[in-house]
Amino acid sequence: MSSPQPILRVEELSAYFGQFEAVKNVTMEAMPHTVTALIGPSGCGKSTFIRCLNRLHEEVEGARAVGRVLLSGMDIYGHGVDPVVIRRKIGMVFQKPNPFPALSIFDNVAAGLRLAGIKRRSLLREVVEKSLRHAALWDEVKDKLDAPGTGRSGGQQQRLCIARALAVEPPVLLMDEPTSALDPISTAKIEELVMELKKEVTIVMVTHNMQQAARISDKTAFFLLGELVEFGDTSTVFTVPKEERTERYITGKFG
Amino acid sequence: MLLGSSKLPADLHKGDRRFRILVTLSALSLLALLVAIGFFLLKGSLPAIQKFGFSFLWTSKWDPIQEIFGAMPLIYGTVISSLLAMMMAVPVSVGVALYLNEVAPRWLGKIAGFLVEMLAAIPSVVYGLWGIFVLAPLIRTVVQPWLQAHFGFIPLFQGPAYGVGMMTAGIILAIMITPTICSLSREVFRAIPRGQREAAMALGATKWETMVIAVLRSSTTGLFGASLLGLGRAVGETMAVTMVIGNRAEIAASLFAPSQTMASVLANEYAEASSDLHLAALIGVGLTLFAVTFVMNGAARLMMMGLDRHRKGHG
Amino acid sequence: MKSGSLHRYLSQGYRRRKVVDFGMRVVLACMVALAVMPLGSVLAMVIQKGLPALSFSFFTQLPKPVGEIGGGMANALVGTLILVAMASVIGIIWGGLIGIYLSEFGKGKLGSIIRFATDLLGSVPSIVIGLFVYTLVVMPMKQFSALAGAIALGILMIPTVARSTEELLKLVPQHIREAGLALGLPRWKVILFLVLRGAMSGIITGVLLAVARVAGETAPLLFTALGNQYWQRGITEPIASLPVQIYTYAISPFEEWHRMAWAGAFVLVAVVFAMNLASRFLMRGQLLARE
Repeated sequence: MSSPQPILRVEELSAYFGQFEAVKNVTMEAMPHTVTALIGPSGCGKSTFIRCLNRLHEEVEGARAVGRVLLSGMDIYGHGVDPVVIRRKIGMVFQKPNPFPALSIFDNVAAGLRLAGIKRRSLLREVVEKSLRHAALWDEVKDKLDAPGTGRSGGQQQRLCIARALAVEPPVLLMDEPTSALDPISTAKIEELVMELKKEVTIVMVTHNMQQAARISDKTAFFLLGELVEFGDTSTVFTVPKEERTERYITGKFG
Repeated sequence: MLLGSSKLPADLHKGDRRFRILVTLSALSLLALLVAIGFFLLKGSLPAIQKFGFSFLWTSKWDPIQEIFGAMPLIYGTVISSLLAMMMAVPVSVGVALYLNEVAPRWLGKIAGFLVEMLAAIPSVVYGLWGIFVLAPLIRTVVQPWLQAHFGFIPLFQGPAYGVGMMTAGIILAIMITPTICSLSREVFRAIPRGQREAAMALGATKWETMVIAVLRSSTTGLFGASLLGLGRAVGETMAVTMVIGNRAEIAASLFAPSQTMASVLANEYAEASSDLHLAALIGVGLTLFAVTFVMNGAARLMMMGLDRHRKGHG
Repeated sequence: MKSGSLHRYLSQGYRRRKVVDFGMRVVLACMVALAVMPLGSVLAMVIQKGLPALSFSFFTQLPKPVGEIGGGMANALVGTLILVAMASVIGIIWGGLIGIYLSEFGKGKLGSIIRFATDLLGSVPSIVIGLFVYTLVVMPMKQFSALAGAIALGILMIPTVARSTEELLKLVPQHIREAGLALGLPRWKVILFLVLRGAMSGIITGVLLAVARVAGETAPLLFTALGNQYWQRGITEPIASLPVQIYTYAISPFEEWHRMAWAGAFVLVAVVFAMNLASRFLMRGQLLARE
């Protein structure tokens, strides 16, 4: 099922805040229909790294990134590439659920399509339903599509954000600690959803929870102090890590 | 004596109690002051209220010589000049706030923000001076002739070009309330979590689309409150308006005709108010002005406070 | 789901969106220029017309009657100093006490009411305050006076002083209060000698801003201090002030008086800006010291 070409390939990527190098010369890749987990102690650069993958990192004042990130072979940091176009193809879900507070559930999911100028109500409704179903939220909200998006529980809000990201059908979905603000039951639901979603999209996900990484990811990347220490199959990384530092982290010796 | 160790604990409590009573009384006296303002203005305006009753507010003849006082022309002047000011100041102030908070690099935001704030530091009388000698001639020789040449058929632009008048006052007011609305809007925008902007950007929104969907849409209440506070300032602004509005208590169709506001009539006629009735009528105007600004500002502040609470409630 | 068709839709209109984005950024930048332009124009005119009209005699002489060249605004300058000094006494003490109440005892419902009332007082038009003091002081005394003017300006200072005192007292760390109380000091001494002293430089910046604001006030003085062409004789007499003098000269039909108005405006703007800048400078120094 997986094609030999990686859908996302990162080459020699470094990210800075002013003079501070938060991500140091990272190279890795993600195959289509896989889940890649980024783990490491807090402050290790994994969040900064994932924010480089849709060029959101550079929106922070004084922040910049150098290197190459190839999406289906095209460098998103290439000359003349517009980050706005890139972000349409690489969706993102954040640590804290952030639906637009002034918009209804329907409008939240439709936001990406409306931005693109799609006004046809029937098409919007079709895509909204499909995205909400994908995010396993449809049954819970189908009668409340006009209610404000912020009026839901944390877990529902986060799934709403996933639906919003899925609506524009991105080939890649980035998730930055999507369950860290949620209770265990909501977390389980999101994890289930991630396993389901990888049939459609390639997922790169930051997590602070090693069990979560072990449960749902195919590949795991371990970051420490901005460096990519180890990258490989999740089963390998968690059972027979090549690096001593990885082993110490996984066995709880630090972080 | 700082330690006061010789005193008994009872004395300590006494000192504390006295101090607490003193500051509490000062604080309560503030409420008394607000009540007193209303009371004394009401008392001072009684002769006019007895003579004219509520018709004071909607009869349209203000004639100190015949001693007929109807405040309608002044209310009209206040409403129209403030509305003109709002039409110019609100979009510009919100636009400036957006640019400084969302687009400009931090250093530029700081400098331009400082300059906009300095607009608020210039005394009203200096704006008036500038209005008389810079703005009014510009209106008389350039703006109104141009409008008459191209849109002369519209009554709003007709009439002789005095330079001073409603439009000049509106422009000066717009300049003066811009810093208020702008800095309040910036506060409203600043309170919006960064995550919302990132959510929009991650969806592939352009900078402008991010501003619309993540910033403007969720700040309508706050911006309304900010505008209302700006309006409150415009309604009560006195000196600059007095100096450029032409001071004629008439309701005219033209935006360039001289007019008079509630505040400007006070500044303009304070010296000549020889009769008791004229004085009482002026104080009545002051009372109306007090009531209007009180209600407007109260509403705006409650609105902004409710917003804060709402936000805190959501963590 | 026709995924292909959706993507075709999504890539449509991209050029138009970029144009709108660019256009709106330009529009917003123009608004900034538009908002700042009056500041430039006012300052340029005040310097261009005011500076040449200034002379030594402006600061030392009384106004000359119409038709005579020269003279100065010495009495108005002194008058403004007297008014602002007297107003500061009222505003700082009254406003300061309210600020202490709000910060130290104002956590409850009454506190929020007082806070709300302070903000409301701050938004009462200054001419209304002048009119109020007119009915309260001028009418019973049957004459305009420096005292009445100072009371009006003092009331105008209260909200700024109260709120900045409150904010700055709240910044003083709780452990300083606890340390004082643990030494056995009564609370009022802790507040006056430890907390207030700790916040003093910040409070001074707030006072400076309040002073800068009332120093330029004209409207509340028309009904209270009136004006005066001569030197001051006592606080129950009408008193000249720089803003009122500028106003009187500006609306007069005489060229020479217009010159004097610009000179006065130059001095007023210079003083007000200097106070604003000084308070900013102090504030920044304080914030840096805290870090």
